[in-house]
Amino acid sequence: MSITVLNPGLLTTVQDMGRVGYQQFGVSVSGVMDPRATSIANILVGNDEGEAVLECTMLGPQLRFDAANCIAITGGDLGPTLDGKPIPNYCAVSVEAGQVLRFTGPKTGCRAFIAFAGGLDIPVVMGSRSTYMKAKIGGLAGRKLAKDDVIGFRAPRTQLKNMKDRNLYPEFVPRDVYTVRVVMGPQDDAFTDAGVKTFFSETYTVTPEFDRMGCRLEGAVIEHKESGDIISDGIAFGAIQVPSAGKPIIMLADRQTTGGYTKIANVITADFRLIGQLKAGDKVRFEKVSIAHAQDALLTQRAALRLLRKSVDR
Amino acid sequence: MADVKFLLTGDTSLSVEFGNEISEEINAKIRAFNIALADSKLPGIVETVPTYRSLMVHYDPGVIQYAPLVKRLQGLLGQLDHIEIPPSEVLEVPVLYGGEMGPDLDFVAQHNGKTPEEVIRIHTSTEYLIYMLGFTPGFTYLGGMSDEIATPRLKTPRVKIPGGSVGIAGSQTGVYPIDSPGGWQLIGRTPVKMYDPNRETPILPQAGQYIKFRSIGQEEYDQIAAQCEAGTYVCRTYPREEGGK
Repeated sequence: MSITVLNPGLLTTVQDMGRVGYQQFGVSVSGVMDPRATSIANILVGNDEGEAVLECTMLGPQLRFDAANCIAITGGDLGPTLDGKPIPNYCAVSVEAGQVLRFTGPKTGCRAFIAFAGGLDIPVVMGSRSTYMKAKIGGLAGRKLAKDDVIGFRAPRTQLKNMKDRNLYPEFVPRDVYTVRVVMGPQDDAFTDAGVKTFFSETYTVTPEFDRMGCRLEGAVIEHKESGDIISDGIAFGAIQVPSAGKPIIMLADRQTTGGYTKIANVITADFRLIGQLKAGDKVRFEKVSIAHAQDALLTQRAALRLLRKSVDR
Repeated sequence: MADVKFLLTGDTSLSVEFGNEISEEINAKIRAFNIALADSKLPGIVETVPTYRSLMVHYDPGVIQYAPLVKRLQGLLGQLDHIEIPPSEVLEVPVLYGGEMGPDLDFVAQHNGKTPEEVIRIHTSTEYLIYMLGFTPGFTYLGGMSDEIATPRLKTPRVKIPGGSVGIAGSQTGVYPIDSPGGWQLIGRTPVKMYDPNRETPILPQAGQYIKFRSIGQEEYDQIAAQCEAGTYVCRTYPREEGGK
């Protein structure tokens, strides 16, 4: 009851919603880069929203199914095929023993998430199955997938009820400019008015330095009043750090828990699905919203997920 | 607490900032507030992260949204003076100084015109406040080291420093929780695992505690290392006497 990794792809890791409760001890949260896509994939195969999935980056893995199971792939479209035939994203698919899942290459976005019905047999470390490569914990011995790895299923399902309804129109992933909503803070007062204006009026480009820790952007310099250094404080997912050089860095799942650079704003949770898909060359614009607006957007997204759950599990 | 600021750090956390400097007084307020918040059992709090001058509070906006949460936290701040806060704890960390375990002890002594024994005496005579943890799992930012043993970092960092190494960098001291590269002057090593992901308490030190180093010999080092391996070693902790405060 397992899959065998024929080719690991560029960077494929086991991730769930992250290691909650240990940031006070310096442990990064980790977890998926696109929590919404992950929730949808899990709901489509009847799992809890937070079940561990395989997060695939750009070039997806080749996986041989040694046992039948139902899967769903969400997030960016990395071109999934089953025994050479394209299969749809955002759709539960039943896979037979012996079949091989491959990815032909990215069409939209950067990361896809594969959920397996019944979940993967991966030990829980400090409350999570997420791979935290820097500390070498979680997932498969704290590392990315490698050739010949075998990952067990916990409770595979060959069929799911209402199979025909486990099928969604894929979520929109931009092809040109990503507009990302942010709330100001915590150090927006460290920037000049001109600096804040630059941040919201310019378009930034993702540099080749983008990984699970953060995404460096190139573009107009955001002006500080004095400097970009602060006494270290906590860093949230989606924090936009601006060091003294004035170029923004969006902090992501494997970010350090604390840091000493000014943070001008924070991406709202409802838009994590966008920043989780950024890759080199993509363009980003920032749009300011209020905290009330941000939290309403998050709660609206959660309500939609509950509705989806009801409609497929009825 | 009129000078306390509430800063937005996205839509599922906020930062309660108590000042803009590194001081024991501010850290004590953060610790007190963190304890009061935990005791209040306020619904919707997910986790808290103490740092030098603020407490980051992660919450679920599905349970409590920003504006009502700030009101509740302000209420808690107002009661802080009336809440009994237990004394800080001291975590005693045994260290084998010098030799293979502390290859830079002699240099630190030389640099400060002291004998290695004097460096050990000074290093073990202070209770160091853990301001916060960060950087890697279990890495403590400590305050309070004597300038008498301050030593600059190595010019060329080492590629691999074994976990448990105790070092000095400028006027800071600390323990490397895991194997990592680094440029600290290494004066000793503790057999105690500050971080073990498979232990019930994965990380020993906590922000707001103090660390006191105790000099041990090779024999005791080996005994403690064996107990750590067997999972039977318990690091000694004791309440700190708040002398002079």
